[in-house]
Amino acid sequence: MTLTLDAPRIVTTHPLVQVRNVSKSYGPVQALRDVSALAYPGEVLGIVGESGSGKSTLLRMMNLEETPDTGSYTLDLPDVSGNLFDLDRFARRMLCATCIGIVYQNPHLGLLMKHSSSGNVAERLLVAGERSFATLRAKATAALEASEFPLDRLDAPPIELSGGMQQRVQLAKAIALEPALLLLDEPTTGLDVSVQALVLDTLKRLQQERRITMVIVSHDLGVIRTLADRVMVMRGGAVVEAGLTDQIFQDPQHAYTQQLVHAKL
Amino acid sequence: MSLKTLTKPWEAMAYGFLDGSAKREIRRKMIKAIAVPGCQMPYASREVPMARGWGTGGLQVSLTLVNPTMRVKVIDQGADDSVNAASIRRFIARVAGAPTTMDTLDADLIQSRHRIPEEILRDDQVLVLQVPNPEPLRPVQPNMSIARQMHADADYGRMWLQLYEQIVRSGRVMQGASYPSLVHGRHVMTPSPIPRWDVPKLNMAQHLTILSAGREKRIFAVPPYTRVEPLVFSDVPYKVEDHAGLTCHRSGTRGFFMNEIPQEDGSSAFEVSDSEWGVKAIRRRDGEEVALGETWYKNGRMPS
Repeated sequence: MTLTLDAPRIVTTHPLVQVRNVSKSYGPVQALRDVSALAYPGEVLGIVGESGSGKSTLLRMMNLEETPDTGSYTLDLPDVSGNLFDLDRFARRMLCATCIGIVYQNPHLGLLMKHSSSGNVAERLLVAGERSFATLRAKATAALEASEFPLDRLDAPPIELSGGMQQRVQLAKAIALEPALLLLDEPTTGLDVSVQALVLDTLKRLQQERRITMVIVSHDLGVIRTLADRVMVMRGGAVVEAGLTDQIFQDPQHAYTQQLVHAKL
Repeated sequence: MSLKTLTKPWEAMAYGFLDGSAKREIRRKMIKAIAVPGCQMPYASREVPMARGWGTGGLQVSLTLVNPTMRVKVIDQGADDSVNAASIRRFIARVAGAPTTMDTLDADLIQSRHRIPEEILRDDQVLVLQVPNPEPLRPVQPNMSIARQMHADADYGRMWLQLYEQIVRSGRVMQGASYPSLVHGRHVMTPSPIPRWDVPKLNMAQHLTILSAGREKRIFAVPPYTRVEPLVFSDVPYKVEDHAGLTCHRSGTRGFFMNEIPQEDGSSAFEVSDSEWGVKAIRRRDGEEVALGETWYKNGRMPS
C-alpha cells in the first residue's frame, strides 16, 4: 500500500494579496522600505511592530487610502487585475467598497457617529449601489447579528455605544458585503481585557465560518497569537522577520523579535 | 466738439442696478449652468441693497435677465403680497422700468421664494428660485472640497443614507422641503426649499428654471424638458404632501398646496398657498371674467 500525500495547500494556492517592494517616505521620514507581504485565501496575516514601524501605513495602503512611492499591489480576484495603486479614484472607491473591509482602531475614522448603527452598515451597501430599503435593512441587520451586536440597539448612533460595541459596528460594516479581504488596524486596542476577549472571539468565529482573508495589525502579541496564522515583524519601516506564528513565537531569530517575545512572556 | 458732448450723461447707477461686468459674469455662469443641468456654478455674487439670505441670489439673476418689456412677478412662499415679495418687485420695477404683474399667465419672469406657481409655466417664461443652501451633500459631507469631489464622481450613495435614517427613525421620509433630486440623470441638486409637492413640476417642464444662492455664490439651472427625479428607494415610492383633500377656506378651491392657519379653537383652516390662484378663483366666483390657466395638479393629483 502506498500512501499518497496531497501537496500542501500553501504550494498549490495562489496568494490572494500580494504587496511587492513597497517604499514610502514622508519628507525625510522613510515610513516603509522595500516591504513585501503575501496573504493566502482564508489565512490570517498578523503584522507586529512598535509604534512608527510602518505597520499602519502598510495597512492604509492595502485599503488604497495612500499610494506608495514605488511598489505594486495585486488582489487575486475575478474582475480585478493589474497594480491596484494605478487605479483612478472612481475604480478605487468601488473596489474598496466591494472587496475590502477595514476596522480602524479609532471608530471615529470608520463610522458616522451621529447616524444610526444600522445606517452605518447600510452606507457600505448604498455605495455599492443597493437601492431597496427592505434589502438594506435586512442585510444590515444580518451583518450586525453576525458581528454579535445586540439587535435592540440596532438604530442607536455609535456615539451612544461603548467602545466594544463601536468596534462591532465597524466590523459589521466591514463584512456587510462579504469582502475577500478584511483589514484590522489594532481592532482591540483601547478596549478593556474582557471586552477585548469577546471581540477577538467574534473575529475568530467569523474567520472560521466565512474563511475571510484577514490582515491584522497590532502591537499586542497576545492578539496576534490568538488570531494569526502567519506573522510579519516590522521595525523602522522594514520587515525584520516573517514566518508561521508558532515558529516566530517559539524560535525567534532576529534580535528585535527575541526582545519582543521575551518582553511579553 | 467738446469733452462734454462725448461724455455720457451722469447716471446714479447702471440699468437694472448691477453694473455691466457683473451682469456679463452672471449671464456667462447661467449659460454654463444650463449647459450642465443641476451642476453648481460659482459666481461672484455682488452686493444688492438687501441682506444676504433674503433673496439676493435670485434678485441678481432677475436684474440680469430683466428688460423694460418683461413682466415681472415675485412671490414669497406662494404669496405675491408679502413684504419681501412686494419690496423685491418694487425694486426691480424701479431700477429696470419693467412692468409688474401678479398673474402667473401674464408674467415673463417669475422670481420665487420656495414655491412654484400652481399654473403650468410656458416655454417663454423663466422661473428664478432663491436658494439658501445649494449643496445637497452638506448634511452628509460637511467638507465642501470632498463634496465637490463626490459630485464629480456622482458618488451620491450617502444621500440615500439620509433617507434611510429618516425612515428608520420616523417610519417615513421626513424630508419636507428641498428634496434632493437627480437632474438629467447626472447631478443631484437641492431644488431650493420648495415643498415635495412642487418637485414633480420641474420634471420635463417647458420653462427654464434658474436657481441662485447669493450668500453661497452658486448658480445652477434646470433647462426646459429636463428630467428631475427625486431620490427614492426602489421599494419606497415618492410621496407628495397629502393636501389633495383640503379646501381653501377663502376661495373654496380644492386639490392644491395649502397653508395651514391655526384657529383659536385649536382646529385649523386652510388657505391655498399660491395666493394669486386663490384670488383669481374668488374673482371668477364673483362673476368676473378671469383666465385660469392649466394647472400641474388636477384634483390633487399630478397626471403622469
